[in-house]
Amino acid sequence: MDDILLLDAVERYLNGEMDTEEREYFETLRKNTPEVDQMVVEHNMFLHQMDAYIAHTNIKHTLHNVHTYLLERGDLNEGGEIPTRGKVIQFWNKYKKVTAIAASVGGVIALFISGLAVYFSSTVNDPKLQQLGKDLEEVKESQQYQGSIINEVKSKIPLNARLLSGGSGFLIDTKGYIITNAHVLRGTGAIVINSKGKEFKSSIVHIDEQKDLAILKITDEEYSPVKSIPYSIQKSNADLGEEIFTLGYPRNEIVYGMGYLSAKSGFNGDSLSYQIQISANPGNSGAPVFNQNGDVIGILSTRQAQADGVAFAVKSKSIYTVVNDLKKNDTAFEKLKLPTRSTLKGEGRKAQINKVEDYVYYVKAYGK
Amino acid sequence: MIKKVTLPPRIFFKKFLGVLWVTFNTSRVLKSQIVKGDTNEQALLKGLANNDSKAIETIYKENFNMVQSFILNNNGSYDEARDIFQEAMIALYEKAQTESFVLTCQIKTYIYSICRRLWLKRLQQLGRYTTQVDSMEETVAVAEDMEAHEKRNVEFAIMDRALNSLGEPCKSLLEGYYLKKMDMNALAQEFGYTNADNAKNQKYKCLMRLKKLFFSQYNIGE
Repeated sequence: MDDILLLDAVERYLNGEMDTEEREYFETLRKNTPEVDQMVVEHNMFLHQMDAYIAHTNIKHTLHNVHTYLLERGDLNEGGEIPTRGKVIQFWNKYKKVTAIAASVGGVIALFISGLAVYFSSTVNDPKLQQLGKDLEEVKESQQYQGSIINEVKSKIPLNARLLSGGSGFLIDTKGYIITNAHVLRGTGAIVINSKGKEFKSSIVHIDEQKDLAILKITDEEYSPVKSIPYSIQKSNADLGEEIFTLGYPRNEIVYGMGYLSAKSGFNGDSLSYQIQISANPGNSGAPVFNQNGDVIGILSTRQAQADGVAFAVKSKSIYTVVNDLKKNDTAFEKLKLPTRSTLKGEGRKAQINKVEDYVYYVKAYGK
Repeated sequence: MIKKVTLPPRIFFKKFLGVLWVTFNTSRVLKSQIVKGDTNEQALLKGLANNDSKAIETIYKENFNMVQSFILNNNGSYDEARDIFQEAMIALYEKAQTESFVLTCQIKTYIYSICRRLWLKRLQQLGRYTTQVDSMEETVAVAEDMEAHEKRNVEFAIMDRALNSLGEPCKSLLEGYYLKKMDMNALAQEFGYTNADNAKNQKYKCLMRLKKLFFSQYNIGE
């Protein structure tokens, strides 16, 4: 209550509302009590702040009103055209440097890309992956090359059929079952040739396009079943860095190649194949990939077009799957038995090749 | 040690252009001064200081479009142009209220200078600062005025916050007394107090709270 009385007095004093007597009394009080003096100073300053604030609010209010008024009268121009320069020109002026840079960068990139396109389109027309089956032209060439041989020995290819593709394959059963890549068998039938150049008629038993595997059966009377197969087909996955070798027919003659297992998955992470480092050529498709012990760990199938020596092999596990599928579908193949014991372990490479080469066949597919 | 300073050709060229521009401008300003005369401007400023809407209208009409096109041409919007112009008007109003006030240049030049400065600052805050701001008019030094203006703005913001955190009916009561200058009887009637004395008591209570709120912020600000 006292505070309020005092405040009232201070305010009346500051506003000059006191009469002379009261004023004198208050001034003595102020002189004698520093607290009161302090309060007067403080309140004076506060009232000034209030006045300034109020004036500020008022002028803001007036300005706002004037603005609205003038806008209504049409003295101000808001939201219409900008009188001096158009927006587009403004934008242009502001961003012309950026535009110029962007345009030149774009131009350079366009030139670069078209250059690249020209460069690559002339040389590499292939997809990234190249299947290693031989093309018709190549086979044609080889046909001409070995024309004499074909003439000498009567070919097993039907007379009116054309050779379509070629590749490799190998025995998986003593009775004459051969596994190769599905993409090798482009035609309606196939003949197989062993490493000594002897041809045998065969029929296509099973094709699994998805796994890219196919099974042939030698149907030739001249074929006599082998006693045993020297290599086994591995069920488990091979290890990274394992030394590998392969035997196949990129030419009319069996060719040996050697490398190592570089990844446990194939192109774009395909878990059904390995990546291997080996020099592979068209014709190597379907060739067996052996490890050091002479176990088949995969079937060479594709290579990466742009990278040197990067090839892919279907994992040997898939052979089991394909054979099981075949057995399930047709009881006639129940007796098909994959080799599980290798006799090549610990032998030198030359001896291994010697034993194995008879079981790797050159596959020639024909069609009408 | 005397360092020989040579201007790089580009800057020299700019300066040269600048000199040309200023000569051109001053001749224009002088011409307009002769036409309008000084008395008119002084009267307008007096009107502005007294919150006279006719005077404000005149100043507004003569200067707003210039400021608006300046802001629009420099990356601003209509709303921003309006804000900036009104703030410049307030700065001029504050300057006009001081007793020692003498405007050493035209109102137009002063407003333009303030707006230019305010806008540059705003652009910098927004990170929209482009390489240069188009300069169409001459400017005068306004740094000191701007500082005073900013200080006042801070104080007003404190008062604003204090008033707004006061709550009702205190806020309305104080506004009625100090802003609308109502007398105690009218206030007592409007707010439903039994008599003027009660209203007065209430007003003082509110005032004390407001003072407390204001000074707690104000002293921190100092």
